Amino acid sequence: MDAELILIQLFSGVALGAILVITALGLSIIFGMLGVVNFAHGALFMVGAYGGLWVASLTGSFWWGLLVAPIMIGLFGMIIEWLLVRPLYGRSVDDPLLLTFGLSYVLVEAVRIVFGNDGIPFPTPSQLTGVANLGIGYFPIYRLFVIVVVAVVLLLLWLALEKTKFGLIVRAGARDPTIMRVLGVNISKVWLLVFGVGVGLAALGGVLAGPMRTVNPEMGSLVLIEAFVVTVIGGLGSLLGSVVAGLLVGIAISMTALFAPELGTIVMFALMALILLVRPRGLFGKTA
Amino acid sequence: MTTKSVPLATPVVPAKRPSSNLIATITSWRVLLSIAILCLLPWVLPSKALAVNVLIYGVLAMGYNLLFGYTGLLSFGHAAFFGAGAYITGIAIGQFGVPWYGAVLLGVVGGGVLAFVIGGLSIRTRGIYFSMVTLALAQLVYHVGLQASSWTGGENGLRGFTVAKIDLFGVSINFLDPVNKYYILMVFAALALWFVSRVLNSPFGAAIEAIRENETRARACGYDVERTKLLSFVLSGLICALAGTMSALHLAFVPLDVLHYQTSGMIVMMTLLGGASSFFGPFVGAFAFLLMEDVFSLWTSHWQIIVGSIFILFVLFLPKGIWGTFLAKVIR
Amino acid sequence: MSDKIDSLIRRKISRRAALVGLSAGASFIAMPWVARAADDTIRIGFPTPLTGPYAAEAKDQVKSAELAVKLVNDKGGVAGRKVELLVRDGKLNGGEAATRTLELIEKDKVHAVVGALSSAVQLAVNEVTRARGVIYVSISQSDTINEVKDFSKYTFHEALNPHMTTAAVARHAIKKGNKVAHLVADYAYGHEMLRGFKRALTTIGAESVGELLHPIGAPDYSTLMPRLRAMKPDVLCISNFGRDQANSIKQAADFGMKQQMKIVVPVLLHNQRLAVGPEVFEGVVGGANYYWELEQQLPSAKAFNDAFRAANGGAIPTDYGAYGFTGISSLLLAMQAAGGPDTDKVVAALEGLKYDVAKGAQHYRKCDHQSVQSVLVLESKKKADMKSANDFFKIVENEKPSEDVLRSCKELGFPA
Repeated sequence: MDAELILIQLFSGVALGAILVITALGLSIIFGMLGVVNFAHGALFMVGAYGGLWVASLTGSFWWGLLVAPIMIGLFGMIIEWLLVRPLYGRSVDDPLLLTFGLSYVLVEAVRIVFGNDGIPFPTPSQLTGVANLGIGYFPIYRLFVIVVVAVVLLLLWLALEKTKFGLIVRAGARDPTIMRVLGVNISKVWLLVFGVGVGLAALGGVLAGPMRTVNPEMGSLVLIEAFVVTVIGGLGSLLGSVVAGLLVGIAISMTALFAPELGTIVMFALMALILLVRPRGLFGKTA
Repeated sequence: MTTKSVPLATPVVPAKRPSSNLIATITSWRVLLSIAILCLLPWVLPSKALAVNVLIYGVLAMGYNLLFGYTGLLSFGHAAFFGAGAYITGIAIGQFGVPWYGAVLLGVVGGGVLAFVIGGLSIRTRGIYFSMVTLALAQLVYHVGLQASSWTGGENGLRGFTVAKIDLFGVSINFLDPVNKYYILMVFAALALWFVSRVLNSPFGAAIEAIRENETRARACGYDVERTKLLSFVLSGLICALAGTMSALHLAFVPLDVLHYQTSGMIVMMTLLGGASSFFGPFVGAFAFLLMEDVFSLWTSHWQIIVGSIFILFVLFLPKGIWGTFLAKVIR
Repeated sequence: MSDKIDSLIRRKISRRAALVGLSAGASFIAMPWVARAADDTIRIGFPTPLTGPYAAEAKDQVKSAELAVKLVNDKGGVAGRKVELLVRDGKLNGGEAATRTLELIEKDKVHAVVGALSSAVQLAVNEVTRARGVIYVSISQSDTINEVKDFSKYTFHEALNPHMTTAAVARHAIKKGNKVAHLVADYAYGHEMLRGFKRALTTIGAESVGELLHPIGAPDYSTLMPRLRAMKPDVLCISNFGRDQANSIKQAADFGMKQQMKIVVPVLLHNQRLAVGPEVFEGVVGGANYYWELEQQLPSAKAFNDAFRAANGGAIPTDYGAYGFTGISSLLLAMQAAGGPDTDKVVAALEGLKYDVAKGAQHYRKCDHQSVQSVLVLESKKKADMKSANDFFKIVENEKPSEDVLRSCKELGFPA
């Protein structure tokens, strides 16, 4: 095994990690801020891919799909929060879990009814087709583009959370919603927006994944699990944790592929079990 | 998980009004009552195979509920114990020629041992972390089921252990006959019901509920929280493994899917649908879930949209599940 | 399209449809479940995964199966008796499919079972039918079901098996001296295909330069590509199924692998080609049990296609869909020959049957009940070369049916 192969493998791991980060971010935010276990995350990811495809086919441009679909589905997420999730605040955590589980059934089946059971082709945008020679090996240009998008999204999120007043409210609200209410902050509005952003990020992940994978109604089911694993390894409510965990899982998978690629799925679970047994609250989780 | 009401195990309302007396009567006779209802099941359901599934998944959900509803620990990994029971029974019969009752015993004990290991590792974590550790460890068990194909049949599933007849007290019973099969498996379900009822009525039952309501206070009261949780985990695993052995005997086949995380998810959903932390809830949930699937999937291939909508409506309007809501209505 | 299936299924269950409106309450208990009246209809159970990742293939199977039944009924049925198809959703889960099969046998009293998609599910159904002495015509690929351990004298394997498929594909896609790398789904189906390919490579004189296994249902293959490329193969054999096939071929294309090597798959799937488009599949070679353009070679294929088009608004039958037709047709032909659904007589009739219903001559081999049939080798067409929307593939070869391409009865463990 030569050094070049190990290097390209390491790079593949980081690239895969970037995809894992984007799929986990939305889950992590909703989880961390609202305490809602969103089991429909995978389904919303899938709806995002279909939404992107639909917008792209209407406008004839991938870029509109990438921009519009996440916003559209983010708004849809706000409707879900307002209509379905809001009545459940204050109840046990099982209730939103069961509700979003039911919602994922409905979304997947609705997509099957509208778009059929077959997958649909989602061509790579023509500007981003082809492979780039990285010196250590070849890599699809589109995947490099995805890494850039993920970096930009992370930067924007960080700025919004750390440098704006709204971000301050969100972070404070996550810690103690009652105090926020006492202080006269309309926390429901904040939660509505956070849920919308979380769902929008799931959809963005879906649109980005579309040209890399096949678009089909079941494409979200493993994504849900992957997103959970990354979120939990990183530690709930920690954005940095999700990023580190995503890259860690990506690299773990790519390094496993060097000697036993068939362990690609299980390695992620083994890693999670190991980390949680050593650090029961994940890498960056707050201690009680 | 503090908002759940537990009408059956700890009746809060004094038993004065007639409806409360009714509940008290039901509670004290709950095992016999369940058995009486189970006796009728094959004759009211669309098929005997469905009735057997209600037995299997009812026991499974009941075992799960001991941990989830009564101890307050949300596990996403109970497929491991269900699957372990099924695989061990199948392997014991098919590859070692163990008689069926011995195989059932081995399956239950094996599931219990696995629960001891997984429980011992996972109760160190809390909340959703606990759920994810159980999920991760159960996935490792799934992986073993997939890879150890010379033992388990791998993805093709475990085959070749059909129990065609069962010899009981010198009488040979045709186990392929659906009615015989149902009533024999019902005996297992009845034993599980009796066992869980006894556990809940024991001081241990009070201890796990105390932990669910307030772990800190329970610790302060002198309960050994870790040991109680572990014991609850193991008992729960034992009963789920029993459900697994029943499933193996029933189908004479163990699909790898029994170990899949979707099976774990289904167990949670059945329990919640029926109503966690009530004695009858899980059985009612399994019954309703399976009946819905059976009837709607015959009607339309888009049955999942109906099942999904029903879940949503339930959470919004009947959060205590079918049985929990029914109890609340009767008590009021 | 799916509405049509729904209505087909609904029609079959009209007797029970009234019950659906009832909720899962006490009203069920009052409802007497009417036992099926003892009529002389011949009932065939058809468990198939109407939900899940293979739903598209399953629905094609239902359409083809319905057509086979309709054609027989139009001619007066089997020995004067009407045939009824009972479709059930096996959900691509062995336990579910086994349960549905139990219901079909115990409650609906079916005379035979046809169906299942995926090697695991068919073995589950086989276990149920074998114990109860019910005829089962299996229509999904597997080598295991041929072997003596899982043999049932009531089971007939209508689908191709991995051994014969890979042999045919390798013969026409791989040349002597080629270096071949394998990407294989890590489960029975993938392993069987890999074994078949390797055996064929030895015969051809090609060399295996390495194999990578991947987990079933993996959505991402990017971490496997550098190693596959480093093997510097002339041919990449991708032995997986369904979405995995679409995903892995698509990602191999994205990584520029197709410029350096030819991609070969054991089974070239119509629905996956549909799902990812002609650009991605261009030049990929693989096997098939059926392709609609066979109609240019065979009158039976023409007749099947025409009947299918008439019944389904001009749509063409697909590969896995056609199994529904050939499987049901062979069974009904045997029932006709046996003068009714009597199990032993039908088994004897199936063993002696020679049939050509869609893809040329077929018969079931005596020892393992494997259908001896032609194997198609197809190549996915360039978009520019497609003459119609359904013109996906070019027929590279139509391998004539021969028992020589199967593993010998002795090798499978049957007494000589």
